[in-house]
Amino acid sequence: MLQHLPVLPLLIPLLAGILLLMPPIATTLRRQQWAGTLFALLQLGAAASLLWHVDQHGTLVYAMGGWQPPFGIILVADRMATLLSVLTAILLLCVQLFSSAGEDQQGKFLHPLLMFQALGIQGAFLTGDLFNLFVFFEVLLIASYALLIHGGGAQKTLANVHYVTLNLAGSALFLFALGIMYGTFGTLNMADMQQKAALINPNDVRLANAGAMLLLVVFGLKSAMLPLHFWMPRAYSAAPAPVAALFAIMTKVGIYSLWRVHCGIFGDNAGDLANIAQPWLWPLAWLTVVIGIIATLASKTLRELTANLVIISVGSLLLMVALNTREATASGLYYLVHSTLATALMFLVAGLIIGQRGKAEDRFVQARPVVQPALLGALFFLAALALIGMPPISGFIGKALMLKAALAGGQAGWIWPPILLASLAALLMLSRSGGTLFWRARGDHSDGKRVQPTQIAAVAILVITLPTMVIFAGWITEYAQLAASEMTRGVDLSLLGGDDA
Amino acid sequence: MEFTFALSVGVLTTAGIYLMLRAQTFPVILGLTLLSYAVNLFLFASGRLTVNGAAIVGHSEQLADPLPQALVLTAIVIGFAMTAFILILAIRARADLGNDHVDGRELPPERSAIEEALADRIEKNTAAHKAQHNKSHSRHKRKQS
Repeated sequence: MLQHLPVLPLLIPLLAGILLLMPPIATTLRRQQWAGTLFALLQLGAAASLLWHVDQHGTLVYAMGGWQPPFGIILVADRMATLLSVLTAILLLCVQLFSSAGEDQQGKFLHPLLMFQALGIQGAFLTGDLFNLFVFFEVLLIASYALLIHGGGAQKTLANVHYVTLNLAGSALFLFALGIMYGTFGTLNMADMQQKAALINPNDVRLANAGAMLLLVVFGLKSAMLPLHFWMPRAYSAAPAPVAALFAIMTKVGIYSLWRVHCGIFGDNAGDLANIAQPWLWPLAWLTVVIGIIATLASKTLRELTANLVIISVGSLLLMVALNTREATASGLYYLVHSTLATALMFLVAGLIIGQRGKAEDRFVQARPVVQPALLGALFFLAALALIGMPPISGFIGKALMLKAALAGGQAGWIWPPILLASLAALLMLSRSGGTLFWRARGDHSDGKRVQPTQIAAVAILVITLPTMVIFAGWITEYAQLAASEMTRGVDLSLLGGDDA
Repeated sequence: MEFTFALSVGVLTTAGIYLMLRAQTFPVILGLTLLSYAVNLFLFASGRLTVNGAAIVGHSEQLADPLPQALVLTAIVIGFAMTAFILILAIRARADLGNDHVDGRELPPERSAIEEALADRIEKNTAAHKAQHNKSHSRHKRKQS
């Protein structure tokens, strides 16, 4: 059983998604909700035990079907991948609970689609093969296409047309890049590529360079890097609240892939190909933060504001990818986990506010007061503190770690101003919007939906995890540093015995 | 053979990109399809081009690399599913938004030169008519006052 642990976070959502579509469970919504929550808990359990096992005994490598690498497909559960796998499982549980309160009546198949989306994300984190990464990207994308349009409406359809078209073009580029990679490296196994990068034939260096740049474009599109971010605010603000909360981790999949490919394979030890993406990443990351600040100041709804704050966090993470030191990766990893949870919380809170404000939804205009101002106000305040990065909540530690890594890397002059200005912009806009949403009210409150117990549970999980990240900050940063050095070292494929799996 | 192969990949990619930049959803989908054909061909080349080579050992003198063939197979399956999805989405968008423009905006109808001239003439006439009408109207008003 233990040797099959790395494949469980993939198998559980896959089987759960199929079971949720089959008669005994699919017949009523109530059964889907219960089963979905149960499977989400199961997945969290599997991911957490994998994390514990990897932390105690080191990286686990799992050869699918017993086919040996570099020819077979392997799953690599190292510290970074398992941490993000646990994060995905937490997020899935929250989203599953939240959507049980009425969002799943807007359209069909919400619960199975959430499972398939989780399958794609978990696969992208755990895989050790570049082509398999492409396949899991497609799995998570096709689930997200259907989730984005859940509930229907012209706004969602329009956002989805752009999103699908852009991502299909991105997939084509990804395949071109994979073809080039296989042609030059002769392998698609990431650990194998990491070892071969320095030994590549000098005639092939230019070709491999082109492939790496194509991959930069693909991952930039996924993570909403500057010239490729236009799809993002519209898609995220059109999506239903729980779906937007789950999408909070999708941009992070792009960042994770950048770490794996451009800091891992084409990292410091890659000979002629060392750090080829960094000269491009610096200005693009910097400008991403700047455009995020401008867009934040111009936001008109709470969801749009949160989506623009995602762009800022992506820009900050890209700066950490560009810096590419052990401290930078470790602090980036901490901030990535924090910002995913905080963004998800804000999207869920926005969903609650929309349910209680009548026709004004979450626009920053004078409108009727919300039904439960104390509860929603407190939740909004907490989420805002987390997003700005104010002391009692984990955003502060994440940002402080990034600033420290920038100082240690000798790039403080470049990195400090955008990150600090971004915090200021977030403070300004969130305090303004909170004032408008909760205080500039007139008339009686509309008979909006009161917050359901499952929604409270979903939000409570996120609210609890944020301070927990502060309490265990020491342990998490140590873990993240080990993860960062593991990533640059790469996986030793001789770990895999002949009789494994 | 290399030249023909490269040329076909290039032509398919060019046509695909050109069609993808069109403003209506149907050409965009055709463009994506052509681009995915180009990708599939390109993936074949990544295992080096061989003629009369089987992918299984012992069936022919020359050996072809089996991995790109597996990759192409996967890419075809995925591309097929994605194309099916975006086709349905485009039909849905046509119904939801009332037109097939990629931004959901109505394009101004295209007019021939004669229609253009006619429209110009009509516009000029109405403007002149309105001016005259206004003049007479104001004169009438002045008389009244």
